[in-house]
Amino acid sequence: MAVTESAITRKIVERASSGERVRELGFRVALLGCLLVAIVFLGVLIVDVSVDGLPFLSLEFFYTFPSRIFPEESGIQSALLGTLALMVLCAVFVVPIGVASAVYLEEYADRDRWINRTIEVNIQNLASVPSVVYGILGLAFIVRGPVDIFGLGVGQPTLLAGALTLGLLVLPIVIIVSREAIRAVPPSIREGSLALGATQWQTIWKQVLPGALPGVATGVILALSRAIGETAPLILVGAGAFQLFNPSIDGPFSALPIQIFNNVGEPEDIFRDLAAATILVLLGILLIMNSLAIYLRNRYENKW
Amino acid sequence: MSERKREGEGLEQAAGLDMGTRLEERDERAGADAETVDEAIFSLSGVGVTYSGAQAVEDVSFGLATNEITAFIGPSGCGKSTLIRCLNRMNDLIPGAEVEGEVLYHDQDLYDPKIDPVQVRKRIGMVFQKPNPFPKSIYDNIAFGPKVLGVKDDMDETVERALRRASLWDEVKDRLKSNAFGMSGGQQQRLCIARALAVSPDVILMDEPCSALDPISTGRIEDLMLELKQSYSIVIVTHNMHQAARVSDRTAFFTVDLRAGESQRVGKLVEFAPTEQIFTSPRDRRTEEYVTGKFG
Amino acid sequence: MAGSQIPGFSGHGGDPASALYRTRTRRSAGAQAIKGLLAAAAVRGGGGAAALLSVLTTTGIVITLASEAVNFFQVVGLADFFFDTDWAPLAGGDSQAFGVVPLIWSTLYLTGIGLIVAVPLGLGVGIYLAEYASPRVRRILKPLIEILAGIPTIVFGYFALTFFTPTVLKDIFSVDVSVFNGLSAGIILGILVLPTIASVSEDSLSAVPQSLREGAFGLGAAKRQVVTRVVFPAALSGVVAALVLGASRAVGETVVILVAAGNTPNLTFDLTVAHQNMAAFIANTARADVSQGGVAYLTIFAVGTTLFVMTLLLNLVAIRFVRKYRQVYE
Repeated sequence: MAVTESAITRKIVERASSGERVRELGFRVALLGCLLVAIVFLGVLIVDVSVDGLPFLSLEFFYTFPSRIFPEESGIQSALLGTLALMVLCAVFVVPIGVASAVYLEEYADRDRWINRTIEVNIQNLASVPSVVYGILGLAFIVRGPVDIFGLGVGQPTLLAGALTLGLLVLPIVIIVSREAIRAVPPSIREGSLALGATQWQTIWKQVLPGALPGVATGVILALSRAIGETAPLILVGAGAFQLFNPSIDGPFSALPIQIFNNVGEPEDIFRDLAAATILVLLGILLIMNSLAIYLRNRYENKW
Repeated sequence: MSERKREGEGLEQAAGLDMGTRLEERDERAGADAETVDEAIFSLSGVGVTYSGAQAVEDVSFGLATNEITAFIGPSGCGKSTLIRCLNRMNDLIPGAEVEGEVLYHDQDLYDPKIDPVQVRKRIGMVFQKPNPFPKSIYDNIAFGPKVLGVKDDMDETVERALRRASLWDEVKDRLKSNAFGMSGGQQQRLCIARALAVSPDVILMDEPCSALDPISTGRIEDLMLELKQSYSIVIVTHNMHQAARVSDRTAFFTVDLRAGESQRVGKLVEFAPTEQIFTSPRDRRTEEYVTGKFG
Repeated sequence: MAGSQIPGFSGHGGDPASALYRTRTRRSAGAQAIKGLLAAAAVRGGGGAAALLSVLTTTGIVITLASEAVNFFQVVGLADFFFDTDWAPLAGGDSQAFGVVPLIWSTLYLTGIGLIVAVPLGLGVGIYLAEYASPRVRRILKPLIEILAGIPTIVFGYFALTFFTPTVLKDIFSVDVSVFNGLSAGIILGILVLPTIASVSEDSLSAVPQSLREGAFGLGAAKRQVVTRVVFPAALSGVVAALVLGASRAVGETVVILVAAGNTPNLTFDLTVAHQNMAAFIANTARADVSQGGVAYLTIFAVGTTLFVMTLLLNLVAIRFVRKYRQVYE
């Protein structure tokens, strides 16, 4: 009884002690500070690159070849085309294989079999193998190695070799994201289709895949934007810079990150400004791709 | 939150109206349903809750007595869980939830802007529908509250006292350091009660504390509640009318009003009375139909 | 709608009088079934083969690395490689040396610097997004962090070299660093892995059930206490996974180090001088167009193997921790 009586007499402390309030506020401010550092960094980076690069951005910049000798008239045509070609080739390679793998793992694979468990762990691991290691694979196995890819430019640092290397690099991302998209299709859709007498394949092709399409597309776009931003694997595969000709599938190629990298390494300051301008182009492409991904995600988010 | 309204109530409070007058006032407002209690720990008047603008509970007024067990019963969706969460401002944690009306605790407006909800919850403990022990040892689960409140007492003693009060001590005294997840559901729920007791609250709110438990564990918790009401005031939300009949002193019966073509469900207080009266001679036809099992 | 598109079942149910129709339907259904079986087998096989490609990739990486690494170790002794503190594989004559210690040192040291920056910032962002930000604020802030995550590392390298080193370190903080230095590269490396740590830790904090938060609030704990004493410990294995993944990302980063830290391995605590990690060495050596089969070429594989094994171990640890936190609450 004593407890209760004392409880009645004591009033609620109206406010927390000032020490407690200061700690609470301090914690919140510290967290916000972390966020602020990240955002300010992003802002400064973009402003810095813009200040350096914008003066060099002109229409000609896009359709002029890069030049070591006349940096003032230098452009990025070969690198830009190289990057776009890499993206397309990479997609051609990675979309069917990635989606097929995801369908197999989600719809067919028996989780308890060791082979499927191996595949799962393996994909998780591959997703975080350093890109330079993929570069080594590209260098030794795809370019110089024993694998003769369609007889095209064996032993050469070709566009195809670059695209395949990047493809292997982002394949795990495509598989992981596609699996999530397929998993998000509710079982009721599958059951409904199967109950109508459709085969499993018909169910997957006509119901599951269309349902998973926005998610898969988002994942593919994000994977491709990762691919075209990579530098290290392309260095190893042997992509060139200051290239005075357009890329061909079985010939030498350049790419935006490689062009940036080589510009940064040149002694005169103007090359670094050119690098900044090239960065703006690369970021622009990535921005378009990401906006597309975000649009797809929001457009189809609440489908079920 | 309707700050303006509360400010008005604050003025009223400042004007020095005493408890008795207030309860009478409430009586008039809520009609014959509201029950006046002598030693009110909570008194609610015109309390309602909206979730993002949608009314969930409307116009509840009554007073809850000290050292009693008060049960909230009614069909699902009648807002009894929503209402109990007004009593320790747990609704603050739900985005979009707003409380209107006045909730007085020992004559103090809980929704006064000057009141810190954290301080409210120190005084008014809560036990939830599903046992929710922290993923820590049994000992640390009990010690959490006192530590957080900066209590300087001997912790071992505090832990033992809380566990004894929740009649859990004998079962767990040899494994205080083992993880609470290893206990049975009933033990976990009693641990959660012990955890609430460790901060020596004034009131314990229980939101369907037995809904996830088997009959034997439920019986033990009911016995515990009867013991605890010697020292605490208890409010319990229950789905189970028999539980309300077994343990509570007073019972509030809520129902759901369907509005706007059944799209809107609003909880309302129908009757608040001593438990015996609710179950033997209810004044309202709806209460009678519910307690005799005709609906809900 | 779904049913009408399935061959063999398309709309004949409404025409029971036609026997001809029925036989036809039955026949086509039979053919369809066989075709379906074949298709199913093909899809299953094709999908399985595609999934196996990922295993082949790993196998390819391992074989590539191992076969050439074996050749390397026929020339250079294992002990020399792992314990010699001198690294000059491209040098000629007697000054050529193959002690990988300086590369491993710079790799770990710069990763450490990066983590000193990234762990508090990343966890701060993760905690804020998971526990404090309102849904509206989160909708604005999360994409910003995702943008940071999506910026190519070459851009970070450019920024480190042309802005962070000269303007921030030299001009603002008057640190006497050389053009290529470990400090700038390490700090930028930290910003690079910040989004990884933030998003993985946010995921694991969000996975902590709301009931635990309510339990703590119900006891009168303040928000900060709920977050630091209940939610954070409950999410700890996921947070550890976030840190390990961040570390693994920093260990394997190439371009930031290559551009901003220079190309000189340095076995020193001094951050104002150049450093070179394993990945940057690999890229730099490949760029030098060394002759295939030569010992300099082979170093790529020896160092690559070391790097691969290191990140593999980190990833296995991370996967373990992720599994652990998923098991507890799902």
